[in-house]
Amino acid sequence: MAYLPNIIFGIILVIGIGFFIKNVKKLTRNIKLGKSVDVSDNKPQRLKNMARIALGQTKMVVRPIAGLMHIIVYVGFVIINIEVLEIIIDGLLGTHRIFAPLGPVYDFLIGSFEVLAALVIIAVVIFWIRRNAIKLKRFIKPEMKGWPKKDGNLILYIELVLMFLFLTMNATDYQLQQMGAEHYALAGAFPVSQFLAPIFNGMSVSSLILVERTAWWLHIIGILFFLNYLYYSKHLHILLAFPNTYYGKLTPQGEFNNLEAVTNEVKLMMDPSADPFAAPADDTEEPEKFGASDVMDLNWVQLLNAYTCTECGRCTSECPANQTGKKLSPRKIMMDTRDRLEEVGRNMDANNGEFVSDGKQLLDDYITKEELWACTTCNACVQACPVSIDPLSIIVDMRRYLVMEQSAAPTELNNMMSNIENNGAPWPYNQMDRLNWVDE
Amino acid sequence: MSEKLRVKTMEEFMAAGTQPEILFWVGSAGSYDDRAKKISRAFVRILNKANVEFAVLGAEESCTGDVAKRAGNEFLFQMQAMMNIEVLNGYEIKRIVTCDPHSFNTLKNEYPKLGGNYNVVHHTQFIKELLDKGRLTLVGKEYKEKRITFHDPCYLGRANSVYEAPRELLKGTNGDIVEMRRHKKTALCCGAGGAQMFKEPEKGDMDINVLRTKDALETNPDIIATGCPYCNTMMTDGIKAHQREDSITVLDVAELIANSI
Repeated sequence: MAYLPNIIFGIILVIGIGFFIKNVKKLTRNIKLGKSVDVSDNKPQRLKNMARIALGQTKMVVRPIAGLMHIIVYVGFVIINIEVLEIIIDGLLGTHRIFAPLGPVYDFLIGSFEVLAALVIIAVVIFWIRRNAIKLKRFIKPEMKGWPKKDGNLILYIELVLMFLFLTMNATDYQLQQMGAEHYALAGAFPVSQFLAPIFNGMSVSSLILVERTAWWLHIIGILFFLNYLYYSKHLHILLAFPNTYYGKLTPQGEFNNLEAVTNEVKLMMDPSADPFAAPADDTEEPEKFGASDVMDLNWVQLLNAYTCTECGRCTSECPANQTGKKLSPRKIMMDTRDRLEEVGRNMDANNGEFVSDGKQLLDDYITKEELWACTTCNACVQACPVSIDPLSIIVDMRRYLVMEQSAAPTELNNMMSNIENNGAPWPYNQMDRLNWVDE
Repeated sequence: MSEKLRVKTMEEFMAAGTQPEILFWVGSAGSYDDRAKKISRAFVRILNKANVEFAVLGAEESCTGDVAKRAGNEFLFQMQAMMNIEVLNGYEIKRIVTCDPHSFNTLKNEYPKLGGNYNVVHHTQFIKELLDKGRLTLVGKEYKEKRITFHDPCYLGRANSVYEAPRELLKGTNGDIVEMRRHKKTALCCGAGGAQMFKEPEKGDMDINVLRTKDALETNPDIIATGCPYCNTMMTDGIKAHQREDSITVLDVAELIANSI
């Protein structure tokens, strides 16, 4: 029976990690529904971008207050997780504070975890105030109603609870150490939790142990819960920010890709030796669909973008269309893409891995034409994103579908395009008059 | 207009068996739009003054297709691009300068993969080169003590990271350069990009150009300078919307320089 806690711990750990792996597999499958795209080039630059933007948080600090708070939570999260390693070993072996023999190093580690935990609590409270009391504009846009708002707050609550459990665990441990309780050898420095310890003054050793053990178990269970919450939340960015910045765009922001399928057709049209009336060969593939009307028409990096989005809304707050009251919100483009992709994923789960048409698509059912046509392609959203998401590329791919597959451009744009076709300028002027400006 | 400009076409260079130093890509706005034509003329005055051997394509130039591409018509874009590339490659063009950031962007970034490889510069970069090489000197009297604010065109700034060339030129005018709160990477679009120039905006509570000119007005400028014919139109309309057209003028950097040589 002595090994019961170790066994229970092992089971919880396996379930927690196993469930997470299952969801990661689902996530990967969904992302792979996207079209292939060649991102194998320029690995050094890609690694550099990942190191700078994701690891180094360079784009977060563009907004100094949010940036600083975020760095605290980020560093806290990464560093405090070293403690999780000790917790797991302790849990499996039935030891207590196995790294304690590290002596001064251990004191320093535990001490710094505590300071970070306190800072994280402060940052999380400020984040909560920004979302709920100050009501910053970007957090109360229409697309944030309902689950997205709840999700944002839930994450803050979970982080808060985890930090308090960590500090409670340490405070009671400290108290037990002071009382010379068995198994609680003097180890670690407690710069923060020693101030919490007086709360537990006068408690017996056995009740202190009960509090300490409860905090310890809830803390690790909480961490495993949080790990599994990620897949259902916008919080996936803590993992996906890394691949996303790695696969982010390397070319100048103004460069849009040239559709290869179109290039082939245009070349054929301009080839004087091609026979336009030739019967298509029997093995001719179905002509490729131009642009995107659903998530499967996007490439996998665009789908990874959607899962990476943490709905911070920096893109939307920089968007000129959104600032002037138009319906377009780049953040909503990303959220819609993810929602639709999840819907497609659930459809596949229910149909033995095959997607069965549900009569819905990303266009119209999620993203309206009105949103798509409001974009000025100014790249402000791309510039603003702290994790290299490119909402603009999705907007353009969907415009391509509207124009090339449906001829559904606004009338004025159709006029402009027929002018280009007829006289090589967006206005109805004669090409022969192109030099008139010289003598005017 | 009074001053006679010296403008030769590629055809003329070809007939004479010579190559120009650079090709001036005028663009559709620069060729047909009444306001933008003045920018083309101002730029040519600068080129003439610096004795730059440049050519234009004239009637052989056609829309780059940029605006069709942004609207989603990849087909029309590539048709235009390939036709233009045939002309440009036929003349063995190596270097192109243009006053339009949209042409600049597409020629520089999107033509190469379709077979058109050129060294493409924006006119502000080219003028800076002329100044750096001493081929052009600025007098800098006309705009002395005038407050000038520069509006970054999206396709020059964010899209291609060209922020300094236009500002360097403006410094040369001896004007008092004042930056808007949002400038360079965070500059707000004028509202014309992505084919918006050719359509009515979607329903909202304000037009983008009115918001952007509000940014500019906060700097209390005498002149709003820009480097794009479309931005020029939008900012000019914006000034009118704020009823400030009597006290503020919108000028292209090339015009400011042409008046300072």
